Amino acid sequence: MLDNLSLFFQYPPLAADVILNGLLIGAIFALAAYGMALVWGVLNIVNVVQGELVVLGGYVTFLAVQAGLPPLLGLPLSAAVMFCLGWLIYRAIVFRVVDKDIFISILATFGLSILFQQLANAMFGSDVRTVDAGLGSLHLLDGTVTLAYVKLLAFVLALGAGGALWLFLRHARLGQAIRATAQNPRAARILGIDTNRVYAMTYALNGALCGAAGSLAVMAWTIHPYIGLPYTVRSFMVVVVAGVGNVAGVVAAGLGLGALENVAGFVFGVEFQIAFVFALMVVILVWRNAMAARKRSYLE
Amino acid sequence: MSALLEVKNVTKRFGGVVANRDVSLTVRQGEIAGLIGPNGSGKTTLFGSITGAHAVDEGDIFFEGGSIAHLRPAPIARLGLLRTWQQTRIYGEMTCAENMAISAREAHGHVFSLLRPVPAATRRKGDDLLAFVGLHEKKDDKAGSLSFGQQKLLEFAMALMNEPKLLLLDEPTAGINPTLINGLIDRLRRANTELGVTLLVIEHNMRVIMNLAHRITCLAHGEVLAEGTPNEVRDDRRVLDAYLGVA
Amino acid sequence: MSRATFPRLSDWHIAAVLALFGLAGPFLLPTLATQIAFLWLMVVFALTWDMLGGRMGYNSFGNIVFFGIGCYAAAVIQRDAGLPYFEGLALGLVAGAVLSVLAAIVFGAAMLGIRGHYFAIGTLGLGIAAGEIAAGWDYVGAGSGMALPLYPGELGERELFFCYSLFALAACCFLLFRWIYSTRFGLALNAIRDDQDKADAMGLRTTPIKIVAWSLSAFFLGISGGLAANMIGFIDPRDVAFAGATYGVWMVLMTILGGKGTLWGPVLGAFIFHVTQELFWTWLLGWQRVALGLLIVLIVVFFPQGIMGWLAERRARTAS
Repeated sequence: MLDNLSLFFQYPPLAADVILNGLLIGAIFALAAYGMALVWGVLNIVNVVQGELVVLGGYVTFLAVQAGLPPLLGLPLSAAVMFCLGWLIYRAIVFRVVDKDIFISILATFGLSILFQQLANAMFGSDVRTVDAGLGSLHLLDGTVTLAYVKLLAFVLALGAGGALWLFLRHARLGQAIRATAQNPRAARILGIDTNRVYAMTYALNGALCGAAGSLAVMAWTIHPYIGLPYTVRSFMVVVVAGVGNVAGVVAAGLGLGALENVAGFVFGVEFQIAFVFALMVVILVWRNAMAARKRSYLE
Repeated sequence: MSALLEVKNVTKRFGGVVANRDVSLTVRQGEIAGLIGPNGSGKTTLFGSITGAHAVDEGDIFFEGGSIAHLRPAPIARLGLLRTWQQTRIYGEMTCAENMAISAREAHGHVFSLLRPVPAATRRKGDDLLAFVGLHEKKDDKAGSLSFGQQKLLEFAMALMNEPKLLLLDEPTAGINPTLINGLIDRLRRANTELGVTLLVIEHNMRVIMNLAHRITCLAHGEVLAEGTPNEVRDDRRVLDAYLGVA
Repeated sequence: MSRATFPRLSDWHIAAVLALFGLAGPFLLPTLATQIAFLWLMVVFALTWDMLGGRMGYNSFGNIVFFGIGCYAAAVIQRDAGLPYFEGLALGLVAGAVLSVLAAIVFGAAMLGIRGHYFAIGTLGLGIAAGEIAAGWDYVGAGSGMALPLYPGELGERELFFCYSLFALAACCFLLFRWIYSTRFGLALNAIRDDQDKADAMGLRTTPIKIVAWSLSAFFLGISGGLAANMIGFIDPRDVAFAGATYGVWMVLMTILGGKGTLWGPVLGAFIFHVTQELFWTWLLGWQRVALGLLIVLIVVFFPQGIMGWLAERRARTAS
């Protein structure tokens, strides 16, 4: 462990490789985190099934490529399929728990998370899957830094999606309705906004964001049925750090988390990378709580 | 009469908003003090500062001569300084009798001292206080099922159960059926005279506070505007202006 | 029949039937001894989860941590202490209980100030992080887990031994918790659940109360971990010791199914869940966990008040 740490500092190009690759992967985390922030802000739900939506999005692209489609077409396809699935999940389950106690919605979405995780395992097997986007890699510094073009693409797309989301919430009619509902659902209803439809569209939009993230994840990295919960926790962490209504903060926190996680995986060993993600979340929550307690306020 | 509570030059800001500026106030042992002022004048913020809900930015607060400005709510409550809330806070899923039992003074004790059943004397005292506020027949009902006014009475009884030296009441008559207000004033007075609890009362109902309080402080825009006997405050031109929005 | 006497009478009836079943069951149904042992384990799971989730309003997804610590503490002691089986087991159980309680104090001091969904997700992370760390730590066998020493007695005696041990544990847990809920401590837990800021402002020492409550849960979970590890004979970091996706979720589910915050709810939930699982699970042919996910969603969405809550509602309706 200490050897890895000293290697990391003694050999800057290696460090650059680890950090840059982490940053690029972090864009995928940011993409999933936008969705979580949206659902959290508008529906007041912590969507524990978030990670499974990402993984299912990845499987859609994987299956599309298996069926002979070009990988990059998998991205819009994943987003579209997951948009529909998100809408269905809302209509079937989530709308029943929107106005309930927050623990009920956490447990319900946690149940959905187990359900989808096990369905994915039963339908697609537990193998680790990946898709070659066929874009090749960018080599810098005599090949010590290798950046797959698909990761660069993911990075650009995630930033673009963030910008598009910001514009959408600000200027589109539905986006304005979503913001109004987030601020005060009762007032929105009085003003004639169909909040139930807004909730459904928000959840579906979240599905699309997750689908896109999953599609990029399967091209830039790997997926398997049990990798969902880490994505949920990453999104949660990013939103906790950035704040619910802060698109730019979500990007920054997502990228930072990606870099941090990659460095930790390098230093502690890849077998501890997932442990690091979960432990980091616990540390962030404890730290935030300690800060709040100093000001004698509480996290509700 | 000696001072039980002394608020000295307290300033409290929330972000850029100054909720209390240089507020000083004294509550004497055994009296009923009133705190009035228009909406948003910082009365409830002052209650929060006194009971430790938030730290003050400047100034200090003394209870029985000792500074409490740095203390948190629980230690302040254990010193004998308690408050009620405008919106009432009770334990909704518990029965009224249980609400009373866990509000007893001995529940302040160390965690392992709680590992004992509620003593019969405490139960009786809880029953008596429930009867005192007129909720005795509700004692086995869930507190959350009571009406808003009844919940206010329960919260008042819970506070008395805790045997405070000083009790801060945030609008005790708001939301109470007007026909019951006279009964409530009577009970507040009896709590003061018979149980020896000093009271500091925020009240919007002028008839109530003029009737009840020995001395009144008026806040406006977060600052002390006037203080004195009910008659003095009532005749103070500035108080009237503050309420009419001229100041 | 008055409201005061009726439930107490039926309490004793249920307790007598359960005690009879616990004592005579394994003899009458020796082939089911292991299943019955698991039933008592489930009862411990549900009872200890209810202490926080039902009584105190802190919905933890991380209680499995204490079970896992109990598993590993027993396994390491039994591997390294060089004691005969039963002495090793006894020392292992004590170590498991002590370590679990210490962990509860440390985690409790750090995390019990966190509220609501932050606490739920935070404890979820705690449970998974513990499993991942165990799965990468060579001292405890890393991903391949640990094997426990063989039970020295005759064939069939082993099942009876663990069946009775876990029954005794579940009974102790139930009786202790029942008594605790009848004290002011129990009322303090409820007060924290209903309005923690109010409880603070009334002078209750909420932080020590919360930590002691979690430690009590951890104590029984730690012992149950050591016993379960020996009964199963093998611990896998993710599928036995820190099995968040099975045991960890079952704890919550059983308690909610039975009715959280009630005396018999957790026990009832554990019975129904376990019996259903034993009877029907094998029919599902590999789709058990899919069914589990579905079951959680259905129970949470359509039946969140649980059986005891439903009975209370019905009684209230017929009374009025």
